[in-house]
Amino acid sequence: MDDGGRRDIHSVPVLRVPDPNVADHDERRRMARATGHEDDGMQGTDLILREEEHRKISRLADRLLREANAEFVALIDRNGQPISWSGGKEGLDKTALASLAAGNVAATEGLARMIGEQRFLSMYHEGDRDHVYMSAVGEIGILVVAFNERSSLGLVRLRVRQVTPDMEDVIQEVIEKSKRGIDAGDAFAPLGEITDDDIDNLFKDGF
Amino acid sequence: MPFINYASREITCKLVYYGPGLCGKTTNLQWIYAQSSPEAKGKLVSLATEAERTLFFDLLPLNLGQIRGFNIRFQLYTVPGQIFYDASRKLIVKGADGVAFVADSQSARYDANIESLRNLQEHLKENGIDFWTTPYVLQLNKRDLPTAMPREDLEAVLRVRNEPVFEAIATTGVGVFDTLKALVKQSLARLRAGAGAGAAV
Repeated sequence: MDDGGRRDIHSVPVLRVPDPNVADHDERRRMARATGHEDDGMQGTDLILREEEHRKISRLADRLLREANAEFVALIDRNGQPISWSGGKEGLDKTALASLAAGNVAATEGLARMIGEQRFLSMYHEGDRDHVYMSAVGEIGILVVAFNERSSLGLVRLRVRQVTPDMEDVIQEVIEKSKRGIDAGDAFAPLGEITDDDIDNLFKDGF
Repeated sequence: MPFINYASREITCKLVYYGPGLCGKTTNLQWIYAQSSPEAKGKLVSLATEAERTLFFDLLPLNLGQIRGFNIRFQLYTVPGQIFYDASRKLIVKGADGVAFVADSQSARYDANIESLRNLQEHLKENGIDFWTTPYVLQLNKRDLPTAMPREDLEAVLRVRNEPVFEAIATTGVGVFDTLKALVKQSLARLRAGAGAGAAV
């Protein structure tokens, strides 16, 4: 990347009269503040999930799956990355589901701020047979629990509440270790070993 | 914010296609989806209105293969270009590891391009991402239209940091993969640089 040619796009004059549907600058800023997030302390930091924390999260998620009689339990991060998954049918598109769930929570937080709440701690979507309960966990996590008539909202909510403190502790470990980056303690540090050839080779077969 | 998962041996990066309304962001993703091998792509998720305008975002997961035993995955997002979806755009930019700015080459969209680029810089800043150092490419789309401005004129305004520039006709795929590859390469190079710095500490 060459940063030598920086220019300020804000100094470029706009020729026409702005579209009347366009919110003005201050209005956009106000909206952005109203719908924005607090800094979760992870801005600019890679999220690194090591096997030890993954095992702990999986154990907690498995327990929740069992005790809540759920169909699946997913822990995702607020950017929509699936962190762990317990249960769920074959062929479930986990990437899309995690992304949509995170988008859903983010949009709902915008709504919360507009009525003076920092965020909603949980949300519930009720279907004919299948339902989804989502709950904020720690600074970066969202627990997504899908269940059907074998369980109930009350049971799911109770079990989620019971597992949340332990889950938050593990997520905090993940955050703290992520901030330290990849270090000599890692069995394998893949990124530092990537060569230009590796990158070029991705395009030979990938598409 | 790349996600490095040692348990599943995956590295996932988020790339965002940004630009004014109807500039061709979704068309870029649709072309990539149509041309990618089934093993390389996930489902293309589009949250669109009845008029096929992007409502919240489009998402295309891509699996580019392995490096040193780690699966390299990219999640391509588009933002809704229409002005009034500003809050959605900010949410989607959060955690981005790279941005492709898709400009509409038509002279009638000159102002919209500038507004959108300003908007991008603001949203990146509000999300704690440095526009000047984040992986970034500029795509000049709709080069086939008679109303397209000369490349030099667009670059003079929209190329603000000596980033790679690609002329594109997204409807026929011209320039689409060049844009993606350039962005992926920058993102992986930045990951490598970051890992090297981290390991040295």
